[in-house]
Amino acid sequence: MNSTKTNGFGVLTSDLALKIDEIIQTYESNSTRLVGILLDIQDIVPKQYIPREVATYVSERMNIPLSKVYDVISFYAALSDVPRADYVIQLCDSVVCKVTGNTILRDAITELLGIKEQEATADGKYWLEYTPCFGACDISPAMRINGKVFGHLTTQASVKAALDQYK
Amino acid sequence: MSKTVSIITENFGKYDPSSIDSYLTIGGFSAVKKALAMSSAEIIEMTKKAAVKGRGGAAYDTGRKWAQAASVPGDDKVVICNADEGEPCTFKDRSIISKDPFRLLEGMIIAGYTVGAKNGYIYLREEYRHLKPLLLNAIQESTEKGYLGDNILSSGFSFHIHLYSGAGAYVCGEGSTLIESIEGKSGRPRIKPPFIKECGLFQLPTLVNNVETLAIAATFIQHGVEDYLRYGTPDSPGTKIISLAGNVKNPGAYEIPFGLTLREIIYDIGGGIPDGHELKLFQLGGASGKVGDASIIDTPYTYEALSKQGLVVGSGGFLVVDDRTRVIDFVKSVQDFFIHESCGKCTPCREGNRQIAKIIDRFVEGNPRPDDLQTAERFANIMKNCAFCGLGETAQSTLLSAIKHFPEEFGLEVAVNEKH
Repeated sequence: MNSTKTNGFGVLTSDLALKIDEIIQTYESNSTRLVGILLDIQDIVPKQYIPREVATYVSERMNIPLSKVYDVISFYAALSDVPRADYVIQLCDSVVCKVTGNTILRDAITELLGIKEQEATADGKYWLEYTPCFGACDISPAMRINGKVFGHLTTQASVKAALDQYK
Repeated sequence: MSKTVSIITENFGKYDPSSIDSYLTIGGFSAVKKALAMSSAEIIEMTKKAAVKGRGGAAYDTGRKWAQAASVPGDDKVVICNADEGEPCTFKDRSIISKDPFRLLEGMIIAGYTVGAKNGYIYLREEYRHLKPLLLNAIQESTEKGYLGDNILSSGFSFHIHLYSGAGAYVCGEGSTLIESIEGKSGRPRIKPPFIKECGLFQLPTLVNNVETLAIAATFIQHGVEDYLRYGTPDSPGTKIISLAGNVKNPGAYEIPFGLTLREIIYDIGGGIPDGHELKLFQLGGASGKVGDASIIDTPYTYEALSKQGLVVGSGGFLVVDDRTRVIDFVKSVQDFFIHESCGKCTPCREGNRQIAKIIDRFVEGNPRPDDLQTAERFANIMKNCAFCGLGETAQSTLLSAIKHFPEEFGLEVAVNEKH
């Protein structure tokens, strides 16, 4: 399945397992809550992804076939099966941000961090990906860092100011 | 004088959205109180009179939808609030959730009472996760104060609201796909029949309404239908929240009465095009909507007038694009979006989008083949007629309307000459 891409051995520490148990408990181990459970788990896994061993763990704890867990992980854009970074940068790639000039934003990130789409910095701090419209068109061009929205990014200085909040 | 109004948005900025006490000081929950004193049939009658069309984009008559939902037999029904606002250039639901979450809950409670539902679900897109605490707090405080939960205000009516997260999938805005997602599965549309109004979430009769639609219901119950009908035109009564963005000076979510012209929206509300550029095109209703050109900007923003020009209200998205963008690059960007978002279930959408993208790429590079445009149009029409769900049916609206309005940009000079 995704095992070739997911070198996750050693991620699932007993501490993380406990936290995952807590998340599953919060949702009362309800299988209809799988999407929300995986999103919450992804937030606490280092490098913000769902490693194979975590997916397997969730499948066993919730009595859901692993294939169904991966049906969800592989379908939704907000869930990743490859390691990302401490800070996930999402550039809006929508047509609105395009017409308001998001190329400056894109170039600024590449220049400041030296990474392109689907790449992480060598120190594992930043990951860059493009994402469809996240509804911040009134302040476009926009990006998200770990879910937080930054807008009006029309200069390299404004991009740097946003990045500087995540060091 | 300002051309915007505040009817649906009247509470914006008037109270602290994280406090029910603050909401109660401005007359909060009076709509629920009024509704609980009425019969289901009376509320449906009012809704029909208000002639509200669904604000998610499909524009289905809300009164009719509620009447159908109420008449489905069953004592365990479900109301879903579709807060999966994924249409590019649409953020009006975000404005409602962030500035007036309690009115949204009121709308859901009223809908639940009207159709006889016990449970309500809010499906909130992942991109709006930052609004989750606000909604959870609103649900909790409303329950504590007795406006939600068992035996609401001692009326005997019980209604519970649950919050579910999306995970970044545009297709989940489609009703049956959204239901699949709430059930914990990947988001692919279901075949109809059975219709979700009879067999939807957890096999229960289900009513799905957009955030704005529910907020409007609470509005006209609170103030009366006549008050709401004072705005708009005879054919498109009432108001609409539009999401104005792109190359305009003042982008934002604005509530307007139906009937303003597109020119008024772009230049008076939006402040016009920045940096002295010229209007090139506008796209109404998001990526699944349609584009128009400057020659038709005196069209009034009503369902009927837009439809005559081949345009739609849709989600209320209003994207303004100036002369710095090539039409073909605009079309390519929309096409890339649909390739990313097609769920892959049906062949017309999965393969159609891919093949059309190849053709569009050739146009972008400036070396299309002689029959490319014809082929693209043929594939687009197949998708429109044969795709499994609304995503595939509307994915090529932008391309087809762009060819119509800007034939010269697709190398159709001959056709232009013939037209004039």
